[in-house]
Amino acid sequence: MPNCKTVVPYRGTPEQEEELLRFVAEHKGQPGGVMPALQKTQQIFGYLPEEALILVAEGMDVPLSELYSVASFYAQFSFNPKGEHQVSVCLGTACYVKGSADVLEAVEKKLGIRTGSITRDGRFSLDATRCIGACGLAPVMTVGGDVYGRLTPDQVGAILDKYM
Amino acid sequence: MAEKTVNLTINGLDVTVPAGTTILEAARSVGIRVPTLCFLKGVNEIGACRICVVEVKGARSLVASCVYPVSEGMVVNTNSERVRHSRQLTLELIMSNHRMDCLTCARNSHCELLSLANELGIDAVRYANDHLLPQIEDSAPHLIRDNSKCVLCRRCVSACHKLQSVGVISPNERGFRTHISSAYDRNLDETDCVSCGQCIVACPTGALTVKDDTAKVWAALNDPTKHVVVAPAPAVRVTEGECHGLPIGTNVEGKLITALHRLGFDKVFDVDTAADLTIMEEGTEFLDRLQNGGVLPMITSCSPGWVRYCEMHQPELIPNLSSCKSPQQMLGSMVKTYYAEKAGIDPKDIVMVSVMPCTAKKYEVQREEQRLPNGCMPVDISITTRELSRMIKRAGLLFDHLPDGQFDPLLGVSTGAGTIFGVTGGVMEAALRTVSVKLAGEGMQVDFREVRGMKGVKEAGYFLPGRTVRVAVASGLANAKALLERVKNGQAHYDFIEIMGCPGGCINGGGQPTQSAEVRSFTDVAGLRAKALYQQDMDMPLRRSHENPEIQAIYRDYLGEPGGHKAHELLHTHYVPMKKYRPDQI
Repeated sequence: MPNCKTVVPYRGTPEQEEELLRFVAEHKGQPGGVMPALQKTQQIFGYLPEEALILVAEGMDVPLSELYSVASFYAQFSFNPKGEHQVSVCLGTACYVKGSADVLEAVEKKLGIRTGSITRDGRFSLDATRCIGACGLAPVMTVGGDVYGRLTPDQVGAILDKYM
Repeated sequence: MAEKTVNLTINGLDVTVPAGTTILEAARSVGIRVPTLCFLKGVNEIGACRICVVEVKGARSLVASCVYPVSEGMVVNTNSERVRHSRQLTLELIMSNHRMDCLTCARNSHCELLSLANELGIDAVRYANDHLLPQIEDSAPHLIRDNSKCVLCRRCVSACHKLQSVGVISPNERGFRTHISSAYDRNLDETDCVSCGQCIVACPTGALTVKDDTAKVWAALNDPTKHVVVAPAPAVRVTEGECHGLPIGTNVEGKLITALHRLGFDKVFDVDTAADLTIMEEGTEFLDRLQNGGVLPMITSCSPGWVRYCEMHQPELIPNLSSCKSPQQMLGSMVKTYYAEKAGIDPKDIVMVSVMPCTAKKYEVQREEQRLPNGCMPVDISITTRELSRMIKRAGLLFDHLPDGQFDPLLGVSTGAGTIFGVTGGVMEAALRTVSVKLAGEGMQVDFREVRGMKGVKEAGYFLPGRTVRVAVASGLANAKALLERVKNGQAHYDFIEIMGCPGGCINGGGQPTQSAEVRSFTDVAGLRAKALYQQDMDMPLRRSHENPEIQAIYRDYLGEPGGHKAHELLHTHYVPMKKYRPDQI
C-alpha cells in the first residue's frame, strides 16, 4: 500500500514552511480549500510530510484526519519522498502477464520496503507504474532513467547492486 | 404566514407535510417505517448506505429516502418488490464485508445490522467472508476498534467531527481499502482523541466497543484481601434500567443500589455526595476568583473529555479551568483517606470502582496528577453503565425484581444539587444554588431554569448582591468550541462557564446504553433521561449542596474549610497543556 507513513526524516526548511503558511493563510475558510492546500504542500516538499500537513491543519483549522482522508483517497498524492534512485516496476497488462508482479516482489525483498515507500537512508524509492510503453521489453523495470527489460526475479538483485 | 406544505402520496396514502421534509420522515408521519443504517438524524445525513431506498414515480433509479426531500405530487412506494429486492442485495453486500462473530460479539443483543438482516429477511449468507480477520486497535484506554466489523456508515466519523469538533477519525484510502482510522493510521492513543466515546454509541455494529474492565472488577470482588467500594454517577441511575428493558427515563436508583450490594461490593457509596463536595470546593473557588480578581470566566472541570480537549485544543484556557477534581475523583479521594481512616482500613487494601456514564473516566482514573499524598490513585477501575449491566446479568440478578436499597452512610447522602450534575446545566445550577446563598443569604431561589434544557449553548445573568453574575453552559464539544471562540475574541463575557463534553451532558455520555439510530433520531433520549434527574431533584428534601449533613461532617471532622489546605491537597488537581499533533521524531 503506497500511503504508509514515511521512514525518512523531515527535511523541510523554514523558507518552505513559510511559503506553505502564506498559502494556507490565503485559503483559510474557503470552501474546498483542502485540495489546493494539499497540492501546494506536495509541490513545495515533493510529497506530503506529516509535519507539513500539521501546519496546514492548524493553519486552516481543519482536523489532520480530514487532510489525510482526502490525501489518501487520491493517487496524485504521495506520503513518501522520492529516493535518489527511483525504482519503478511496470504493472501494465503486457508486463503483468509476463510476470512483473514477481519482479516487483523481488525488488521489495531486495530493498526491504513496500511498494510506494522509501528506504530509511533515502536512497531508493519504489513505485509500481502503469504501462510505460515498452511492452516489447516486458516485464520492465526502470531505475532513474535506466530501463531494464525481459526481466526475471533472480536478475533484480544484481541490477540494484550497481546503484548501492 | 402559514408554513408551506407539500402534498404527495406514499404507498397510496395521501400525505401533507411541510416543504423540505424528507421522504423518510413524511412516511413516518403516516405510520410507515423505512429501514435505515447510516442515517442518524442531525448527525449523519449522507444517504450513503442505500438501505433506505424507495421508489419514486418518474425517477430513473431508487432514491435514498433519508435525504430526499418531498415535492408536490410525488408518488412514493416504500415497499415494492423492486425496493425490497434492492435493500436485500445491498445488505447482503454490506454483510459480505462484515466479520460475523455474532455469538461472541459485545453488540449481539442490540446490533443494528443484525436487526436489519432479520427485518429484511436475509436467511442465508450468499457471499461468504470467512477470510476476514479481526483488525483490532485497542491503544486507547476506553475503546476497541475492530474494522472487520465496520460497515463504513460513517456515523462515528460524523459524531467525532460534527458533534465533538475533534475529528480524529476519517475514512482513509478508497474503494475496497476504505477504512475508518486516524491520520497516518496512527493509534488512537497517539492522536488528539478525548475519549468521549460518542463514536461508540453512534456505531450500529460491534466495530466500536467500550474496553471492558469488568474482569478486573470480578477479580477484586473475588479477592478476600480487598475491600471493594463502588459508587455510581448521577446519570447512571436514570439509564441503567434501559439495559434491562425498562423505558428510557426510568429512575432505578434503589434497584441499582441493591444490585451493587448483591454483586458483593463491601460498600456502595454515591457519586452524588461527591458532587455536593465538588460544589463546596468549586463554589468557593468561584467566589474567590470573583471577589479577589482571579481568572474569569472560570470553567468547570468535571468532564474529563472536555478537560482533555481543553488541554490539547484550547491550552490557553487552562488557567480558566477550575482546579477541582471531578466528582468521581473526589469520591475516590475521600474513600481512600476519610473513609479509610474512619473504617480503620489501609487505603492500599481498598479497590475503588466507579460506575460512570462516561468512557473518558477510564482515561481520567489513570491521570498521574490525580494521585493522593498517601500514594494511592483515587479510583482504581471505572466501568460504564453498559459494563455494569453485563455484570448484573452475569450474576443472574433480575433487575426489575430487585427491591430498593440504600447507599451506605458516610458518603451516601446527597442533595438534589448533586443529582442534577448528570445533565447539561446541572453543575451550573447546583453551583448557583450554593453561591447565591453564600452571597445573598437564605431566601434565594432554588431553581435556575434558564440553564436547563437540551440546547447546545445556554446563557443567563443572575443579579446577586454587588454584581450580576453572567453564566454560560455548553454541552457537546462542537458547541463548546463555538462558545469559547466568542469568549476568546471578546464577543461574549461570562464569569462562569459549565462545559460537558457530550451533547446533553452525562446522561448522553459515551458509556450510556446504546440506543438504535431510529430511537435516537425520533425520540428525545437525552430529554427523557434529564427529566428523570430533575424529577429526583424536585423530590429530594435537601436541594443545596451545603445543606448536606454528610458534607458538613466531612468539613467539620476532616477537611476543615472548603478551599482550605487539606481540601486542596486531596480534592484539587492541575492540568498539562498537550500538543494536538505529535509527529514521530525520526
